[in-house]
Amino acid sequence: MKSPQDLVRFLLPVAVFAAGLVLWEAIVRGYGIQPYVLPSPLLVLKTLVADWPILSQSLGVTLLTTLEGFVAAAIGGIVLALLFNQSKWLEYSLFPYAVVLQVTPVIAIAPLLLIYLQQQTAVIVCAWIVAFFPVLSNTTLGLNSVDRNLAGLFQLYGASQLQTLLFLKLPAALPYILGGLRIAGGLSLIGAVVAEIAAGSAGAGSGLAFRIAESGYRLNIPRMFAALLLLSLAGIVIYGLLALVSHLLLRRWHESALGKDS
Amino acid sequence: MAGPALSGSDAASAVRLRGVSKTYDSGVRALGPLDLDVRRGEFVSLLGPSGCGKSTALRLIAGLATPSAGTVEVSHHGAEQRGSHRIGFVFQEPTLMPWATVRDNVRLPLKLARLPATDADARIDAALDQVGLAEFADAYPRELSGGMKMRVSLARALVTDPDVLLMDEPFAALDEITRFRLNNDLLSLWRTLHKTVIFVTHSVFESVYLSERVIVMTARPGRIGAEFRISSPEPRGEEFRTSAEYAAFCREVSNALAPSYAGQAGA
Repeated sequence: MKSPQDLVRFLLPVAVFAAGLVLWEAIVRGYGIQPYVLPSPLLVLKTLVADWPILSQSLGVTLLTTLEGFVAAAIGGIVLALLFNQSKWLEYSLFPYAVVLQVTPVIAIAPLLLIYLQQQTAVIVCAWIVAFFPVLSNTTLGLNSVDRNLAGLFQLYGASQLQTLLFLKLPAALPYILGGLRIAGGLSLIGAVVAEIAAGSAGAGSGLAFRIAESGYRLNIPRMFAALLLLSLAGIVIYGLLALVSHLLLRRWHESALGKDS
Repeated sequence: MAGPALSGSDAASAVRLRGVSKTYDSGVRALGPLDLDVRRGEFVSLLGPSGCGKSTALRLIAGLATPSAGTVEVSHHGAEQRGSHRIGFVFQEPTLMPWATVRDNVRLPLKLARLPATDADARIDAALDQVGLAEFADAYPRELSGGMKMRVSLARALVTDPDVLLMDEPFAALDEITRFRLNNDLLSLWRTLHKTVIFVTHSVFESVYLSERVIVMTARPGRIGAEFRISSPEPRGEEFRTSAEYAAFCREVSNALAPSYAGQAGA
């Protein structure tokens, strides 16, 4: 917190959050609303602590799935973009299908995947489908944004294709790739949750989304809220981590990572 | 043909163009036909209006583009060493890699030639010394001023110890004071290193100040309109910039350049 303005920017949303919680608690108590209709924030917190053994295990499962989907999306997106960059024919042949995969709602694909694949695999594939496209399109954009004169310089000094890729194209595309990864992190969590929900009661899953579906059937609304809270926190942490990695990698040279006055 | 051919036929000539022309795919003829000989160690300026093809001529000599007709020869003397390169190129923009330090930017040509790091380090230090940037070796390009970035670009061109230095309006985007200083530094480097320099510019004053020979090009398609030998004795310095002799050369070259612009306006 460098200046009073930074402090205000940090404190305002916190104050709004606290006010919201107090209002929520007051309404639930004031009107005597039953927990299976709307649990109070305090009850949600209590449930979170009480159910921690189950919920933490589910959180672990969901995070692992998300991570696997994210890694698959990162590798798939970057490798596909590199292949497209090397061969225009490949790009023309395959890019439309990448778009089709992206614009078809994953919630509609998930039940199909669950028919043909093991549930665990299907969940990862769902996470991959929603998350790989931003990586692919951002990396493609980055690879095509290489400075023309720098490319000429590499040509002048007889750089091989591999050297051009490693020393010019990938570093130039890095800010774009990191931007894509930041979006992909949140999306792979969404993909994992969607697949778990689609599997629903038929599934043998144990992730957080499965807990939400299961608690819904049992009218255990406080646990639904607790699981939702954990999912939300997981999303925030994933985004924060990726933003931090991006900042650390770019802070010395890229405009996006520089302060306003430097 | 791909790029400039090797030749040792004419010992005194470093660059030789014969009947070189460039026509774009759209059918627009950008350049030529052009005949040009540049002596080894000579400082030649190509002067002309924007779009006259002078940058195209430079790219053809560098092998960054192929001529539609004619031949481009760049000769070299001595055995081709590892990490040495016949041609150094300085672009209009500094064209530095923003993710690499000054040292790593200068290292690039040696790295691409797979020169061992220990051999490379000494040469990088020497090149940075030549342009007066030794103490900024670990800075990133964004931390440097425009003039300093241009010096890094120059060091990178010099680090391979090229025979021929090609410069494409390198100082056009700089303020006047910085440009004058870089002009002087370039001249003293040229005097000590004995490089062949082909310098593209649209500034009459800059071309006369720097060159032994000024070649005035016509409007598109660019051809040689006139040639001037700037016979003022070396070394030139700030006194030369304010001398009557300098003013006379500038007037003469400006007069020769006028038809190029008139033709352009009439077209």
